[in-house]
Amino acid sequence: MIPAAFEYARPTSIDEALQAIADGGDDVKVLAGGQSLIPVMRLRLAAPETVVDLGRVAELRGVRDDGDAIVIGAMTTHHDVMTDPLVQQHAPLIAEATETVADRQVRARGTFGGALVHADPAGDLPAVALALDAEFVIAGLQGRRTVPAADFFVDYLTTAVEEGELLVEVRVPKLAGEWGMRYEKFNRVAQAWSIVAVAAVVRREDGHIAEARIGLTNMGTTPLRATAAEAALAGAEATPEAIAAAARSAAEGTSPSSDLNAQADYREHLAQVLTRRAVTAAAGL
Amino acid sequence: MTAVEDRATAEAPEREVGKARRRKEDARLITGRTTWTDNTVLPGMLHLAVVRSPVAHAKISSIDVSAAQEAPGVIAVLTGRDVADEQGSIPCAWPVTPDMVNPGHPSIAVDEVNHVGEAVAVIVARSKAAAQDAVELVDVDYDLLPAVLDMEEAVAEGAQLTHDHLESNRSFHFVFESGDAGTGQHTDEAFRDAEVVVSRRFVQQRLIPAFMEPRSVVVQPQGDNYTMWSSTQVPHILRIMLAMVTGVPEHKLRVVAPDVGGGFGGKLQVTPEEVISLLVARRLGKPVKWTETRSESLMTAHHGRDQIQYIDIAADREGNVKGLRCRILADMGAYLRLVSPGVPVLGAFMFNGIYKFPAYRFECDGIFTNKTPTDAYRGAGRPEATFAIERIMDELAVELGMDPLELRRRNWIRAEEFPFTSVAGMTYDSGDYETATQKALELLGYDELRAEQRRRRESNDPVQLGIGVSTFTEMCGLAPSRVLGSLSYGAGGWEHASIRMLPTGKVEVVSGATPHGQGHETAWSQLVADRLGVPFEDIEVLHGDTSISPRGLDTYGSRSLVVGGAAVVNAAEKVVAKARRVAAHLLEASEDDLDFSGGKFSVRGTPGAEVSIQEIALATFAAHNFPEGVEPSIDADATFDPENFSFPHGTHLCAMEVDTETGMVKIRKYACVDDVGTIVNPLIVEGQIHGGLAQGIAQALFEEAVYDADGNLTTGTFVDYLVPSAADLPHFDTGNTVHEAPGNPIGAKGVGEAGTIASTPAVVNAALDAVRHLGVRDIRMPLTPERVWRAIHGGGDGGDRATAGTNAYGGAQTETTAGVSTPQSALGGDR
Repeated sequence: MIPAAFEYARPTSIDEALQAIADGGDDVKVLAGGQSLIPVMRLRLAAPETVVDLGRVAELRGVRDDGDAIVIGAMTTHHDVMTDPLVQQHAPLIAEATETVADRQVRARGTFGGALVHADPAGDLPAVALALDAEFVIAGLQGRRTVPAADFFVDYLTTAVEEGELLVEVRVPKLAGEWGMRYEKFNRVAQAWSIVAVAAVVRREDGHIAEARIGLTNMGTTPLRATAAEAALAGAEATPEAIAAAARSAAEGTSPSSDLNAQADYREHLAQVLTRRAVTAAAGL
Repeated sequence: MTAVEDRATAEAPEREVGKARRRKEDARLITGRTTWTDNTVLPGMLHLAVVRSPVAHAKISSIDVSAAQEAPGVIAVLTGRDVADEQGSIPCAWPVTPDMVNPGHPSIAVDEVNHVGEAVAVIVARSKAAAQDAVELVDVDYDLLPAVLDMEEAVAEGAQLTHDHLESNRSFHFVFESGDAGTGQHTDEAFRDAEVVVSRRFVQQRLIPAFMEPRSVVVQPQGDNYTMWSSTQVPHILRIMLAMVTGVPEHKLRVVAPDVGGGFGGKLQVTPEEVISLLVARRLGKPVKWTETRSESLMTAHHGRDQIQYIDIAADREGNVKGLRCRILADMGAYLRLVSPGVPVLGAFMFNGIYKFPAYRFECDGIFTNKTPTDAYRGAGRPEATFAIERIMDELAVELGMDPLELRRRNWIRAEEFPFTSVAGMTYDSGDYETATQKALELLGYDELRAEQRRRRESNDPVQLGIGVSTFTEMCGLAPSRVLGSLSYGAGGWEHASIRMLPTGKVEVVSGATPHGQGHETAWSQLVADRLGVPFEDIEVLHGDTSISPRGLDTYGSRSLVVGGAAVVNAAEKVVAKARRVAAHLLEASEDDLDFSGGKFSVRGTPGAEVSIQEIALATFAAHNFPEGVEPSIDADATFDPENFSFPHGTHLCAMEVDTETGMVKIRKYACVDDVGTIVNPLIVEGQIHGGLAQGIAQALFEEAVYDADGNLTTGTFVDYLVPSAADLPHFDTGNTVHEAPGNPIGAKGVGEAGTIASTPAVVNAALDAVRHLGVRDIRMPLTPERVWRAIHGGGDGGDRATAGTNAYGGAQTETTAGVSTPQSALGGDR
């Protein structure tokens, strides 16, 4: 459980961090909270040439109000996200999902941005970011760019963050209207990853579901939107029957894996059940 | 008279036994500021790292260690070939049959490897990091052989062989037949005449003991003497075995088990790494340390359980049981370790449970497979037996249309029938199954839950409710030496203690039972405080060092209090007897006229004439004024060899909610009433029950060591090997009945394994009770949501899991997951 030798840099600003990444050689890993990186390094499944530790980059931490959005710094810990009043007010789904991440110790060190850039499809936050149409602000030596959630998760453990770049913050749009949210997580023990989870964000209008956004955790190599179910729900009556009917298409277009906890067909079944439950709760039924 | 009685009451010291004292050892154990083996640092100490086989079965065609030898900080690299002449074989102390086949177990593989994780070389370096870096530089060529992984395939005609120099994969065939033993009828006759026969195949999945403190060994050579510190349950057994294996004479070897962080049977072993550490220290003349990683621990420390059980039960239509027939395949893994074969054989005497079977037959085949060896794990043979009998009783009840409790009640031993000799030849000492059951039913709120179950059935609720029963007994207090001898075990079952009375009035209690978290120091202090009348705080319990506690047989099988505590009590009685002679001398009275109470000897009828045992200790130290011809010592020792086992029992009830939509099971309520005899410390007993329940429930719901089709351990981390935390377990409603064990001076029966043994079938029976009306009659353990869902919606027992897929490492590929997808494991591995 001793990592292979590596170079170590500990910048104190975003600019210094970008420079350290540029100077770090061919294989640079960025250390945020370390809850995924450190274990794989200790097991020598990863042996980076350089580790750039963002622990002292203060400007990456914290949540702020930016008018039509709240902005969460990439290095804000899970604990700080969960307990933040802006998050609780404008994006309670993030707080609800973050509460289910691993255990207290992990939530004290693990970071919001780290979990998103790691992009484990079994992680809870990617599907939530997808359902909330979050935007990802990425910095490079050449400047900053903003990527919508729909384009951020590229492949298994792969995001739109290119070599030499850094995720600095995530913008979560404030929602207008009568919205409800729910994260339905399914796992075997409290600190485990999701076998499947569903993030539902639902806007109700006149007894109908005006809009539903459904993010799926662990139903493919990236987090996914349940587009067929979303389409079936748009304009549907807010009744248990209508939601149940729509939820039957929740697994359309997914390609879940098989592992010790679940084979693919069972995951597809769970996605339907959990979508029904999440949407029902988010719709206030 | 009233006044006298009042004074007597006021003066009587508070009894320690029965007091819920907090454990005196916990502060140091919980903070870790103590002598864990890995905390040991010796001048000039070298560090070991073990190179392990990544394949399950292969011939070693070559090993190139040259690059590793030249790596920075590396002192030596040793292969199996280098130590072939001195490493001997890891010992097996329990040849359960005269013709048992033991393939021999080198500590470092020489010509072939037989399971993933087997040691093939050891690196010795100046630092742990240097040793670990060099592991990757050892180049081993393997000629792969087919891996034997499935017991039923392993015993079929023409099966591949685990060891190609053996004739088959069978190590032994052990039979107990009540008709032959004279303890009952011939089983075949009982079945021939039976009105009802129910047959089932149960799978006891493989488990990993998963103790908290990883194993660690330090060896210091000093001239031709060696001191070994090891995170072991059994320093005394280890010393004898190391002497026999390595040829280091026993009197030149001292073994110390400092504070040890849990074992659950997993440290009841003589490990390859202990032997390797001693060999390296001897060869280099330098102190060495080896500490395992968690991954090494899960992969290579011995596993437990792993049986396939074919159970037949015979009864008449009224529900009177007529016979029980058990055929067991028990997976030994690749090698026989210390008591591997003895584990299923211990179960042989427990499959009949608490029921009055007229006939009983037990047959067990020990099978070799290319997996990590199995050995003792909490309960060791008895959980397997209890599961089988408590599951088959439920199946029989269903067949007969009877209430499962009514069927049990009809057949169990009644309170007035104790002592009772079972059909397996065991003499159950004491108990009352009816009373324990009544108390448990009240604790659970049985009637209300049954009513709710009916409501949920009638309304077709997606969440169904079930109630499961387990009325169990177990044999504890290992063990009468003569019985162990009759079972061909290689040692006795006695335990030793000595008590040293110090001049300042303090007391040292030396115990041969070495704790690894049980609280011996607290419990032994309570025992001695009562017997000697000295304050609890004035007693220190010493243990775990063969030069401090020279005689002992250590801690396992719920034996410490029952056997080791009994030795402590007997030693204390001897101290009092010796002190009495000194007291008589000092008080100038006849011994017969002395009373001993509250730590003081007083002369009957002479108020004020008294002397405390502490004063006697000082007087003995000085020895100025001592009785003629008496040696100046009131220290004493005692060795206790029980005449019989003790038989704790109890009734465990589980109420289980099953979400039929997802298959998720959730324990709604758990109630148990255990009879463990006299309770010395209620807090420790409660803790043992809670921990035992957690592990028994874990077998039912969470834990399983899964191998893929190539023999890699898929559940190689705690991400995939699910040990539940407090967050995953329900509140436990616990209670006790007390029937003293007649076989020891304390009256205790043993509690270390009760919760584990009893709970597993209660939980599975509860889940089945919830969904049996949906056509489900078995679900394989652990009851993963997927298995429960498949059993409900697809029939069968829930089926195999996808063995090549892991959730660990964020999906990173590892030696144990890379490229292992085969046709048989093609369900997974694509993450």
